[in-house]
Amino acid sequence: MSYIQKPSAYHPALKRNALGLTYRDYEGSMSTLCAGCGHDSITAAIVEACFELDLPAHRIAKVSGIGCSSKAPTYFLGRSHGFNSVHGRMPSVTTGANLANRDLVYIGVSGDGDTASIGLGQFAHAVRRRLNMVYIVMNNGCYGLTKGQFSATNDKTSPSKKGEPNPFDPIDLCQMAIQLGAGFVARSFSGDKRQLIPLIKAAISYRGFAFLDVISPCVTFNNHPASTKSYDYVRQHNQAIDRLDFVPEEQEITADYDEGTSVPVTLHDGSRIILHKLDQTHDPRDADAALMTIRSHAARGEVATGLLYIDESQHDLHEILRTSERPLNAIPMSELCPGSEKLASINARLQ
Amino acid sequence: MSGVNDFVCKFATVNGSGSASANTMFAKTIFRMGVPVSPKNIFPSNIQGLPTWYEVRVSEKGYLARRDGIDLMVAMNPQTYREDLAEVVPGGWLLYDSTMPRQWPREDITVLPIPIAAMCAKKWTDPRQRQLFKNMVYVGALTALLDMDMEVLEKVVADQLRGKEKLISANLEAVKLGRDYALANFQCPLPIRVQKAEGARGKIMVTGNSAAALGAVYAGATVCSWYPITPSTSVAEAFERYLKQLRTDKDGRVLGAVVQAEDELAAIGMAIGAGWNGARAFTATSGPGISLMSEFLGLAYFAEIPVVLFNVQRGGPSTGMPTRTQQSDIMACAYASHGDTKHVLLFPSDPNECFSLGAKAFDLAERLQTPVIVLSDLDIGMNEWVTDPFTWDDSYVHDRGKVLDAAGLEAAKDWGRYRDVDGDGIPYRTLPGTHPTKGAFFTRGTSHDDYARYTEDGRIHAQNMYRIARKFETAAGLVPKPEIDMRDPRSRLGVIYFGSTRPAVLEALDELEAEGIRVNAMRIKAFPFSPEVKAFCDAHDRIFVVEQNRDAQMRSLLMLEAGIDGEKLFATVNFDGMPLTADFVRSAIRTSMGPVKIAAE
Repeated sequence: MSYIQKPSAYHPALKRNALGLTYRDYEGSMSTLCAGCGHDSITAAIVEACFELDLPAHRIAKVSGIGCSSKAPTYFLGRSHGFNSVHGRMPSVTTGANLANRDLVYIGVSGDGDTASIGLGQFAHAVRRRLNMVYIVMNNGCYGLTKGQFSATNDKTSPSKKGEPNPFDPIDLCQMAIQLGAGFVARSFSGDKRQLIPLIKAAISYRGFAFLDVISPCVTFNNHPASTKSYDYVRQHNQAIDRLDFVPEEQEITADYDEGTSVPVTLHDGSRIILHKLDQTHDPRDADAALMTIRSHAARGEVATGLLYIDESQHDLHEILRTSERPLNAIPMSELCPGSEKLASINARLQ
Repeated sequence: MSGVNDFVCKFATVNGSGSASANTMFAKTIFRMGVPVSPKNIFPSNIQGLPTWYEVRVSEKGYLARRDGIDLMVAMNPQTYREDLAEVVPGGWLLYDSTMPRQWPREDITVLPIPIAAMCAKKWTDPRQRQLFKNMVYVGALTALLDMDMEVLEKVVADQLRGKEKLISANLEAVKLGRDYALANFQCPLPIRVQKAEGARGKIMVTGNSAAALGAVYAGATVCSWYPITPSTSVAEAFERYLKQLRTDKDGRVLGAVVQAEDELAAIGMAIGAGWNGARAFTATSGPGISLMSEFLGLAYFAEIPVVLFNVQRGGPSTGMPTRTQQSDIMACAYASHGDTKHVLLFPSDPNECFSLGAKAFDLAERLQTPVIVLSDLDIGMNEWVTDPFTWDDSYVHDRGKVLDAAGLEAAKDWGRYRDVDGDGIPYRTLPGTHPTKGAFFTRGTSHDDYARYTEDGRIHAQNMYRIARKFETAAGLVPKPEIDMRDPRSRLGVIYFGSTRPAVLEALDELEAEGIRVNAMRIKAFPFSPEVKAFCDAHDRIFVVEQNRDAQMRSLLMLEAGIDGEKLFATVNFDGMPLTADFVRSAIRTSMGPVKIAAE
């Protein structure tokens, strides 16, 4: 497959954002994924979220591992630098990139194989370090590029296309993320744009580790009637536990909000999210309750989606390490190299 | 042959007993008396209870390789009495704790019994003090036996224990206890002893790992990601200390970040991510870490991302001998990762070069947009070496390589991330966040064209691979040239060496020269090989390649990459994990030469 550039002509009536850019300016090159792939819907949601947030695309860095999901960063934000690294190692590359320049937005894209199998260790430790990034798993329960093997997130009850049973229990990445201390944990469905876009916007505005597990059916290998990651299954069993409005910093809250059922949450950058609670037992600020919500829905064969957990007070890695407030890659050599005089005193101490 | 300012003293102790700091004070005192000294810590992969040794060679002439034959053994560990006794040269001395007196089955040495444990038990009541101060008691005895300067020792103790004033006086009491006992009971000083000299004046004493970390600071490195592994751990730890000391602003914020990663894969991944984003970044590891980092090294090679890796080599293969030294990662580093890959290697020979080449590595990595691996070893990394002081030229401009800023991108015509505009194989890179509409590209480990676009076109792939090979040719002209020591331009005998074997080789060559055999020497400082390497080989018929691995890896690399005829390269290898002795090098050359007539007069 070759690299296909999209035509650059715009329709003059295209809506422009505060930067004067159109949706098209946030797109990438033509997708080479299978027609109908859930990943393309997630890609579209990322494009829309960044457009609506008025983010300068060049201030975003996209990082991925290996797999169908990890190819996706080519298909969005063509004006952003992207880094398709090695399998399962997106978190470490993103950590390094973030250490070098804390001022960019980091969107990490991974898959269920890339995160829940080969990259489980790196995933866990990126969460633990409170890396300021958006970590999106495009979760289809199978290995697409190598033709449909089970991944570690595939449900035990969900057989392969050929009917082979899956003998192992799945890893629930949202539960793991909550237990490891991720400050923002959400689950969504590639087919639910209305839920997904505000979640991506909120995740980008969140300063700390924001995790998004997006169920994204694999049309070629895991969209058959018995699969629990098919379009039909997820549509029927998707239980949204809350609905989210994202309100940027400078805007008034206009969304309707009912006392007792809605929770306003202010993020680090001053933007707010209004959570409309659909499941009254779910409290997104209580990690134990969040785990309970996920587990009780799963026990009923349902997939709980929405913002599962949020901790607004989290400090990110740079705060923990007390690194300079300036990006490290922008500090001039004159400040980094201590010079000969200091060296002379070091020499003196070693004499 | 031993005598004043020329002897070897060895301490046999139990690890975890506090002997290390006492031994260091002993060596440092001799150093400050102006006498070159070379301490080697021979330690187990263990925290407490196993035998450990500290070998100190004292040489006014500055021969600082290990030397076989111990003149004075301080035998403090009953577990190893037998082997320790065997190592003492005829006519030598053995000092031991005679609280439990014993017979030593050798007539040809002098035994110096001191009831150290009993003396400590009498002096102190706290069991921990009784144990710790035993070490200072034998140091005290040695001050008398070896005629060491007490004023200097007192200053060393004070420096070492700065901030712990109470400990200073207690330690000095212990020293006095041992010293007084020796003066009263033995004929002091011994014929081997220390006398103030000039050989070490103006020098510094430092480990290679500290020096490498300091080199990284001076290179402007801001990101260090690492995973603990002997013997490289202290590189990252020293870097963190230096950052606190040299790069912390008024608000306590640090101009740099150190992250202890979850494993070596993450450690190199972070360094590569940071390098991609324009920070100078490095990691430090040892053999097993190199194996784990290989996939990422291939990515950095192919995607052309600068990163520096300090490999402090230890004994391999596998877990091998984690606390012993070797030079056995040459091949693993030169070709780390699958597919056609090749990496720039630097070979510092002492801590001073760990600093200078360590700093240089960052310039090379950014200039060449590729990983640069600095190969030191446990001997250089963890032992304190007497070396020239560090120097830094304040007018030096760090080479940040070909990076286009916003104005550069505006001016560039048809910029492509991997386009070879200058013909040196090195393209222009851009950093994320530079320009709103120009310069973005997709970094990938998949095959790509000049514009970083994915390709499965085999011709484009091949062109790209040839360009990267061209970049490697450019590298050969940029890396440090070998150090060549032509002892006799007419001699067709040569020796090639690198890294920590330098003291042993140079001493051996002096000895051979004294016997009338003149051998020219070349110390390799870098790979790819600069043209001088081949020229030296061409100018000699019989070349001994000295290295610390079984398979003569540098010899193979010379054959493969410089096209040297293997017939004239004589593998001269020792890989027992101990720093090389001059005697090994000298006898290897002599033996291998056999009855051949020596050309040199």
